[in-house]
Amino acid sequence: MRDPGRYLRRRRIADALAFMAAGLATFVGLAVLAAILWTLLARGIGGMSPGVFRQMTPAPGSDGGLLNAIVGSLAMTALGTLIGAPVGLLAGSYLAEYGRGSRLSTVVRFINDVLLSAPSIIIGLFIYTLLVLRMGHFSAIAGAVALSLVAMPVMVGTAEDMLGLVPRSLREGSAALGAHPWRTITRVVYPAARNGLLTGLLLAVARISGETAPLLFTALNNQFWSTDLRQPIANLPVVIFQFAMSPYQDWQRLAWVGAVLITLFVLLLSILARAIAALFGPHANPGE
Amino acid sequence: MMQSGTAEEERRAAAPAPRLKARVEALSFFYGDFQALKNLNIEVRERHVTALIGPSGCGKSTFLRCFNRMHDLTAGTRYEGCIRLYPEDINLVAHDVDPIEVRMRIGMVFQKPNPFPKSIFENVAYGLRLRGVRSRVKLDEAVERALRGAALWDEVKDRLSHSGLSLSGGQQQRLCIARALATNPEILLFDEPTSALDPIATARIEELIAVLREQVTVVIVTHNMQQAARVSDFTAFMYLGELVEVGETSRIFTNPGKKATEDYITGRYG
Repeated sequence: MRDPGRYLRRRRIADALAFMAAGLATFVGLAVLAAILWTLLARGIGGMSPGVFRQMTPAPGSDGGLLNAIVGSLAMTALGTLIGAPVGLLAGSYLAEYGRGSRLSTVVRFINDVLLSAPSIIIGLFIYTLLVLRMGHFSAIAGAVALSLVAMPVMVGTAEDMLGLVPRSLREGSAALGAHPWRTITRVVYPAARNGLLTGLLLAVARISGETAPLLFTALNNQFWSTDLRQPIANLPVVIFQFAMSPYQDWQRLAWVGAVLITLFVLLLSILARAIAALFGPHANPGE
Repeated sequence: MMQSGTAEEERRAAAPAPRLKARVEALSFFYGDFQALKNLNIEVRERHVTALIGPSGCGKSTFLRCFNRMHDLTAGTRYEGCIRLYPEDINLVAHDVDPIEVRMRIGMVFQKPNPFPKSIFENVAYGLRLRGVRSRVKLDEAVERALRGAALWDEVKDRLSHSGLSLSGGQQQRLCIARALATNPEILLFDEPTSALDPIATARIEELIAVLREQVTVVIVTHNMQQAARVSDFTAFMYLGELVEVGETSRIFTNPGKKATEDYITGRYG
């Protein structure tokens, strides 16, 4: 027979090693994140001034801010969400409600996963050939459409997951009263999944607000103030890309500021999404 | 107990022969190739309680869900035979009868309370809004009447705007009963309505069913034989997808005609 003491010791050592490996990996991951945040803040906070939110992107050597890029980013993110979220919600509703278990929904789910992992530069190129070439120039609309294609699969996935969490008994209760499926979905299932859907929406917004590649071929950039959605528009990611690559110090400084702004925005959205999920829970909706 | 028994007998003696509300004729039901119900025949009497009893898996819930076509929500299900609803004499399980229309007329209360994530008021008003009722006055009236009918009004009248989920389990189940009552169903189906409730909440639901039969036809599935004996006028015993025996509850429980019924009722299996 085996010496039980030795056997036990070996297991204890294996456990300690596994614990150390997992702990070390966690530490490395967190350390990298902390380093990124630290670098961003150290380099970016210094350049933060009221002028950043008041002035346009400058020519090299002159004073300026990021106002046009901030507004352009907000406009395209909003429009992209406005296009992508409803389509994503409805497609997710199809997967979770109408097409549950059907062959078509399996295909749709697979294609959605492909779209979710598609390199975003491909999406940029796709919209470039679809819209930019036909319109003859870059535009904010093309940028927003490209962003909507990034947001859509995120929304489809969360919508399907969140609607799938709604118990079947609620749907049956509604059906038993004589409701058609669409009525059940909009009046019972959506309210029951409201917090989850809202969280998914915020995560989708967070996802697209930092995207650069889809914008390079679509919205491009604009040195000046523009609110014309048919024209190229300034936006933070591309400004960061352009300014950071430049040899000019004041441009580089603004690129760091832009990076901090995007990071804080995304961080805020993520915290908000988690707060909604934690505060209300999946089904603990307050009365209407 | 004696007194209520006597009153019950008097009620029966005084009442004219109960009218027919539904007649099930040669009903069979299939999940794909699997036949879950085999050639069922039973009559459901108006404003009386019919209980379906039998061991787990005998098909009693499956049978109940034929009355409001709940099986149509699942693909690959098929009905054969008829459930005739009187006085119009329509076959509820016919292909050309819209299941939505059937559910408009036949209400259901489920095993677990399933209030919607809405206010108490909106839970009860849900079926009315589905039927196009818009007037606030009418909604208010109907909601109050339904909540009174479900013996819940006094407990919730001051917090109608609170979430239905804020109620206790027993209250939630009575809310679901009110929700079904609000639409004036012709038949009210109960699918083991107390199996998720404590004894006190169960007693309240049973009292409620006793009152409800004055105004609505009730079909109730229960795994609890004492419950069937307490609340029902007629009892049907099911086994392996077949109806073994149907009759007045008092007779089924005191003098069952079939060996299988007797074995089940005396607790030999189930």
